[in-house]
Amino acid sequence: MTAPSRGRDQQFEPIYHHYGPHRVGLPPLVPYFRELWHRRAFAAEMSKATMRGANTTTFFGQAWLILNPLLLAGVYYLLVTIIRGRDEPGLFVHLTLGLFAFNIVSTSINSGANSVTGSGKLLINTAFPRLLMPLAAVRTAFFRFLPTVPVYFVFHVIFLPQEWHPRMILALYFLGTLVFFSMGLAAFFATLQVYFRDTSNFLPYFVRIWMYVSPVLWLPEMIERMPRWILTLIQINPLYSMLGGYAELIQEGTIPPLYMWLTALAWAVGAVAIGFLYFISREREFAVRLD
Amino acid sequence: MSSLSASTDVEPTLAVRVADLSITYRTTFERRPTLKQALVRFGRGQRAVKEVEALRNVSFEVYSRTAMGIIGANGAGKSTLMRAIAGILPPTSGSIEVWGRASTLLALGVGFNKNLSGRENIILGGLAAGLSKDEVEARAAEVAEWTELGDFIDMPMNTYSSGMSARVGFSVAVHMKPDILMIDEALSTGDAHFREKATAKMAELRESARAMFLVSHGLNSIKEMCTEAIWLDHGTLMMRGDPEEVVDAYIKFTKVKKKGSAVEDM
Repeated sequence: MTAPSRGRDQQFEPIYHHYGPHRVGLPPLVPYFRELWHRRAFAAEMSKATMRGANTTTFFGQAWLILNPLLLAGVYYLLVTIIRGRDEPGLFVHLTLGLFAFNIVSTSINSGANSVTGSGKLLINTAFPRLLMPLAAVRTAFFRFLPTVPVYFVFHVIFLPQEWHPRMILALYFLGTLVFFSMGLAAFFATLQVYFRDTSNFLPYFVRIWMYVSPVLWLPEMIERMPRWILTLIQINPLYSMLGGYAELIQEGTIPPLYMWLTALAWAVGAVAIGFLYFISREREFAVRLD
Repeated sequence: MSSLSASTDVEPTLAVRVADLSITYRTTFERRPTLKQALVRFGRGQRAVKEVEALRNVSFEVYSRTAMGIIGANGAGKSTLMRAIAGILPPTSGSIEVWGRASTLLALGVGFNKNLSGRENIILGGLAAGLSKDEVEARAAEVAEWTELGDFIDMPMNTYSSGMSARVGFSVAVHMKPDILMIDEALSTGDAHFREKATAKMAELRESARAMFLVSHGLNSIKEMCTEAIWLDHGTLMMRGDPEEVVDAYIKFTKVKKKGSAVEDM
């Protein structure tokens, strides 16, 4: 992309541009991210406009943001109760917490995948760091998550009134890794969607399966008796550490084992690095592939 | 202007310098590439990718106060050149230097995001072009006014006619304080009233902007509006100079190739 030189006093006036060939398919990364940061207002506005377009700022739009995951939580709770054959309200609280957080990832993946192909002429006509598009999608996902937080705490107060702890604040760390992880995924699937326009058709299945192998519908202690290899497989799942650590801190107030902190961080950093680099290295072709 | 790099002090009047520019890109010839298609092709050992050599070793310089017309047949590389100068398509080899902010109006007739209103698209277009939020908000009302769309400006753009979305696109491009304005077939859409207004606005911009690029198949508008012209053919620069001469040479060349074609609209 661009490598403009800016004066400090002229933040938004890139006066001199020099465009040269990319090295190993990548634009100069420092100017790229500087440019990205300067145009963050665009990503914010993009996300706000999308939410306005989807009526999420109206009362019923907001209500739907809460109702939709709540209904889902109800359906899954019913399912889990029937399968296990016993009623456990604590599990419902866990389910809502996990489901609301998982929605950040799934919304990021779904709207991230369509962020580039759906941007229309803006992308073809204007030079700007394209990474802003999937990042705007993640911002949207996060702002859709926010109204569900107070709803969760209502359940927490009702069903887990004894579980209040200052250590709960540490859950923000896992929420943070979840958001960064989502950014990487959104960038990755946005790129894939440009090359394979049917990617977004496969995504719902992929996301659904991912949710089943993540600690959303079940608690980590429920799978302790599973064979060793299944356990390993589940623990490699990035969302095991992220959602697991998040839920453990909020609902039990216990500090998760060190490996969870580290794997969550590693997955977040890895997803951002791979997703962003893949996106940026393909970015040049977007303009010619979207005609 | 104190923060400009050293090279601008040497040649202060240069607006764009294109040096030995070549652009090659790979794209697919499928309209909607899918994984399914890719797998089917892979099974047959085929690939749906073609390599396009859009520009080959193009070099030219544009000085300030130039209105540059670009002519050539379809697929000659005109749009690619514009995109390269705008920074949308970086070079495969060679380099482009641009002094000033480029505003582009490359593919007109369609809005940006159809679900958003005209006003939101104006704001997003400005922010994407690198203006600050304050600047955009200050200018949005003026741009909205200029489009003369009335109440439509706050309705989703999928309710617009193609001429109406063309107005929005044009208004955004010309109102964002461009130093370098690039227009690709801009005058082909819109009604007579808007066309007149657009032409007047472009004449005004030619005075204020550092340079203007105009891609058009309307050879007469090139002759009227431009002070210089370049002619591209299959990605190579054939000629550069006075618009009259370049257009005449181009017409002659086309006539030699294919006799009896219409002069206007090539």
